[in-house]
Amino acid sequence: MFDLDKWQEIFNSIKRHKLRTTLTALGVFWGIFMLVLLLGAGQGLQNGVEYMFRDDATNSIWIRRGTTSEEHNGLPKGRRIQFDNEDYAFLMEQFEDVEHLTGRFYLSGDRTVTYGDKNLSFPVRAVHPGHKFLENTIITKGRYLNQTDLDETRKVAVIGKIVKETLFGEEEAIGKEIDIGGIVYKVTGVYRDTGGEGEMRIIYLPITTAQKVYAGTNEIHQLMLTAGDLPVPEMQQLEKEIRAAFAKRKQFSVEDRRALFISNIAEEFEQFQNLFWSIRAFVWFVGIGTLFAGVIGVSNIMLIVVKDRTREIGIRKALGATPRSIISMILQEAIFITAIAGYLGVIIGVGLLAIAGNVEADFFRNPQVNFGVVFTATLVLVIAGALAGLMPALQAARINPVVAMKGE
Amino acid sequence: MSVDKTLLPLIHPTTVMIKLTDIKKAYTTGFNTLQVLKGIDLEIEEGEFASIMGSSGSGKSTLLNILGILDDYDSGNYYLDGKLIKDLNQKQAAQYRNQFIGFVFQSFNLLPFKTAAENVALPLYYQKVDRKKRQDIAVEYLARVGLKDWSDHLPTQLSGGQQQRVAIARALITQPKIILADEPTGALDSTTSNEVMKLFKEVNDQGITVLLVTHENDIAEMTKRIIRLRDGLIEGNEQVADRRIIAE
Repeated sequence: MFDLDKWQEIFNSIKRHKLRTTLTALGVFWGIFMLVLLLGAGQGLQNGVEYMFRDDATNSIWIRRGTTSEEHNGLPKGRRIQFDNEDYAFLMEQFEDVEHLTGRFYLSGDRTVTYGDKNLSFPVRAVHPGHKFLENTIITKGRYLNQTDLDETRKVAVIGKIVKETLFGEEEAIGKEIDIGGIVYKVTGVYRDTGGEGEMRIIYLPITTAQKVYAGTNEIHQLMLTAGDLPVPEMQQLEKEIRAAFAKRKQFSVEDRRALFISNIAEEFEQFQNLFWSIRAFVWFVGIGTLFAGVIGVSNIMLIVVKDRTREIGIRKALGATPRSIISMILQEAIFITAIAGYLGVIIGVGLLAIAGNVEADFFRNPQVNFGVVFTATLVLVIAGALAGLMPALQAARINPVVAMKGE
Repeated sequence: MSVDKTLLPLIHPTTVMIKLTDIKKAYTTGFNTLQVLKGIDLEIEEGEFASIMGSSGSGKSTLLNILGILDDYDSGNYYLDGKLIKDLNQKQAAQYRNQFIGFVFQSFNLLPFKTAAENVALPLYYQKVDRKKRQDIAVEYLARVGLKDWSDHLPTQLSGGQQQRVAIARALITQPKIILADEPTGALDSTTSNEVMKLFKEVNDQGITVLLVTHENDIAEMTKRIIRLRDGLIEGNEQVADRRIIAE
């Protein structure tokens, strides 16, 4: 039942005891506020790192060329390992786990790109159609490179959002011809990429076209593949098998780590996942510590508040207050103050996180808190405050009013 | 000059407001038991204006606390307006205090964060009287003690005498059967004391029983009956009104 008169009595008491109210409120406010910030910051850190991985497929293996550091089968050390289109075909045919595969052919330095009267430099990558999945490229207009482009060595280009905006502005880009280092290409697609601005300055060409036009070889600089949702141990197994296969193909020792560089993103990602677990555990540890400190603080203040009100309780009792009305007065006031303070702590904490969310930082992104967790934490503090107030309130309600009134 | 109380009903046929028979009360502190009241027999009739006198340790405060249902007694019987006040639970005690008794204390005991009117209205809060209504009644009672214009003042903005008048207004607001005052002039100078005593007399003239505890002779002599307490027993019982009439 909502007793308006009782609440007026409580509001009156709160209004006339600003210091007491502020101290009680501050204890709860600070506990919840710090907890929200802490949990939010932990989540922000995790989101930031996860976001960095979003650009690339998380279950991928990248293979880069190296130089042999050991003699093998009578071959000298210091031999440079090379990839070509046959290695691409080999990987595609021999490894069933491979879901998407691409080679990369780099053009050294940026290339001057011309459209109309505009002349600008952009990096160029020549790739297979599978590259789209490795970089998580999102086509916004037109299409990505396809096998036919490669088979027919078509002069087509897929350009990033930044390239499109710089060269074409509002103008339609699809079907237009651009000049890349003296060769004319037709734009077939525009993409965006979650990896940031740098990733959207790149121009993708069919790898076969670039090999033919710029180098006259069938060389590939780097091979990258994804393996669906293969678990980490099997990813490691796949990595091992690839290394063994290449060692055989390219005549180097399997033990020779410098001949071939394989980075297993899945493994790295899992390491980060473990790191997150540690961070989360740490955040929870500190968070529970903060909450505990808050509980102690609030309990302490409640004890003092009740002590402070002993005389008032004595007077009220002499005037006809029942023990129940005394206890409910103290508790209702305590719960009201702590609940409001907790709520403010959540609001201001979340507000601050929202502001922090606008900050652009590599390892920090979109800090959030779980409202269920924060709500529970607030509830814990409110209940702790109420319980802490209950014991002395029960005592105060029981003591002789004459004694209570004499105590100063 | 002492008057045998049992004869009074024959002279003035009034109802007995307070009746104590063989009230005993002991306090235990550690291993020591202190017998404070050793068997009090007392009758106070409706409309009396009496004082309980005694040195410190005579048990007068304990007696007042028992009369005010602020404390229990060990044995005997206490009837208030015909009701046996014995072994009450806290809630009943609180309700009886609220309905039957108005308290006035030496240290006023006003709530410092409430205005004069709010202090006076407080007993009615525990009777669940509507806020607006009890505030109006409080101002009315403040007017009776001559403090209508101080309704919105906090206790700290009032003089000692004014605070005690606020406390008296608060004691009166529930229209109690009896006003119990514990050293009501103890913290006041003699001029203010006289004013307060005059107010008690006016209250008594309206038919309300007033019982006060004091150790000051001149205060006690402003009441109509003095009950002298010594070592937990009633030592003397005298009617002052007669003497005063003689003096005048």
